[in-house]
Amino acid sequence: MNIEKTTHGTPLSSSLPKEKATRKKQLWRKIVQQKTLILMSFPFLIWLFIFKYVPLWGWTMAFQNYRPGLPFSEQEWIGWKQFQFLFQDESFLRVLRNTLAMSVINLVLGFVTAITLAILFNELRNGKFKRIVQTISYMPHFLSWVVAASIISYALSLENGIVNIVLQKLHIIDEPVLWLGVGKYFWGIIGASEVWKNLGWNTIIYLAAISMIDPEQYEAAEIDGASRLQRIFYITLPSLKPTIIILLIMNLGNILETGFEPQYLLGNPMNLDYSENLDIFVLKYGISMGNFSLATAAGIFKTVVSFIFLFSANHIAKRLGQARLF
Amino acid sequence: MKKTSGGLKIGTRYVSWGDVVFDVCNYSFMVFLCIVMIYPMLNTLAISLNDANDAMKGGIYLWPREFTLYNYQYVLKENTLLNALLISVLRTVLGTGISVFCTAMVAYVISRKEFVFRKFVTIAFILTMYFNGGLIPTYLLMRDLHLIGTFWVYIIPGIIGVFNLIVIRSFIEGLPNSLIESARIDGAGEFKIFFKIVLPLSLPVLATVSLFVAVYQWNSWFDVFLYNSSNPNLSTLQYELMKILQNTNATMSGKTAADAFANAQADANTVTPASIRATMTIIASVPIILVYPFLQKYFIKGLTLGGVKGE
Repeated sequence: MNIEKTTHGTPLSSSLPKEKATRKKQLWRKIVQQKTLILMSFPFLIWLFIFKYVPLWGWTMAFQNYRPGLPFSEQEWIGWKQFQFLFQDESFLRVLRNTLAMSVINLVLGFVTAITLAILFNELRNGKFKRIVQTISYMPHFLSWVVAASIISYALSLENGIVNIVLQKLHIIDEPVLWLGVGKYFWGIIGASEVWKNLGWNTIIYLAAISMIDPEQYEAAEIDGASRLQRIFYITLPSLKPTIIILLIMNLGNILETGFEPQYLLGNPMNLDYSENLDIFVLKYGISMGNFSLATAAGIFKTVVSFIFLFSANHIAKRLGQARLF
Repeated sequence: MKKTSGGLKIGTRYVSWGDVVFDVCNYSFMVFLCIVMIYPMLNTLAISLNDANDAMKGGIYLWPREFTLYNYQYVLKENTLLNALLISVLRTVLGTGISVFCTAMVAYVISRKEFVFRKFVTIAFILTMYFNGGLIPTYLLMRDLHLIGTFWVYIIPGIIGVFNLIVIRSFIEGLPNSLIESARIDGAGEFKIFFKIVLPLSLPVLATVSLFVAVYQWNSWFDVFLYNSSNPNLSTLQYELMKILQNTNATMSGKTAADAFANAQADANTVTPASIRATMTIIASVPIILVYPFLQKYFIKGLTLGGVKGE
């Protein structure tokens, strides 16, 4: 970060020593002048450094055969071995598959349902009804995953679960199904749970974008005889495009962040093969088994992949001449 | 306005049949959506207000069959659970107060256009949105700082949320600069400007961020699990609920789950794990459900303020 450049807005290339000296003086004067502002932010910069930047140092563990208690200088360096081990480990590959599958399902489902609902909200004419439905739809977002998982596992339970009751009444299934006990249902359950929890909340950003649309556009289209659906497809959806692209880029950066809580809380020994994701893997190896190095390596892998996805998506959007994140 | 061939006349306007069909479908869908969103909550409430053994027979939907408050009495009598409730309240109140105050202070500093280190400080914070050390290094840091096993491990690591920082900064930047300038000409220092002008004017955004932080604090259980699982005095409501849930999940079937919750066993005649679970679910979610509708206007604004424009 170049302070002189930012304060003066001029390039540094003019290297007259006199000018440099006065600039330094000016900077110093400013620092003295703004000492209160510096004082107000300094403690939090220290905090930031300790809690957010110091842990990055821990990444070195991934390249060591880390043993707790030994000083840093005595740790054994082993290069990329942990990473090699990861990619030969069958359970890691399965975890990776689960993570990616659930991510993609959540991403697609999340986008499609939120955009659809935002558009449907927008088509409600009765203001009061609209407000009430919106408020109700935000509710699950505020519940913790523990509460949500408690509700979901009860709704899916064998004996009194509402899902089994309704499906039986509709004659879709004959016998109640132990939904959380069958691995292959797990991804779908997570996808549905995510939608249930965050659907309403995710519409907020699209509704904000819709509210920016000039109402004259709709009026003109109506006079031209455009139907409801035509107005949705030719006015509302296109004007949501920039928002959709930016959110897509941001979400692609999180492609390996399936979240940890729903999988952990709804997972059980019966659906383990489908429920374990990267974060659970890190937790299992790191905290429960004490293999800090391997767990850190898996964590680094996640961060690096996220970065690659984030930048590629941003780059592609830039190339296509679309809105982008940075 | 053009008069369409067929249709209904509502008030002064004609609506085509296609529109009517669309509206009927849309409104019905909305009703369905509301049912899906709140039914599980109402069902849980009904079970928590129903006699535990009677609830095991099933068939309780929206209304308790044998009304009782015993489940609540039981939960609130249980020392562990009462203590957990207390810790939950404490971390929510303290965590929210401290975090919102500190975040607002930094937000004020980086909203000052003339501040020399403005860019440096802003970028230093925003960068941490995109990467972090990860679980294990963070865990080791907490251990080295001797925060494990203390209450402060709930508060200190979360003092400043970067997203909240951006939201508050955007709001402060939107305040009329002349107010701050004239106060400065009158000789007010930065602290005075911050406390007397910026904070009072920022109340709407502070309410929003308070909601975000309070919800986060109230709902947290993972830090309890990670750092304080060996210290029952610092357990929270969500973590206790999570333990019950894990036990029920492990055994799966409702019948054998009765053995799972050791506390319930002693009182097996009057409470069951299912009723305890329902009761705690309600206690753990009611405070938030009661508060968020009143802050709706604010959080929508806050989300759009900081949502898309990360920089």
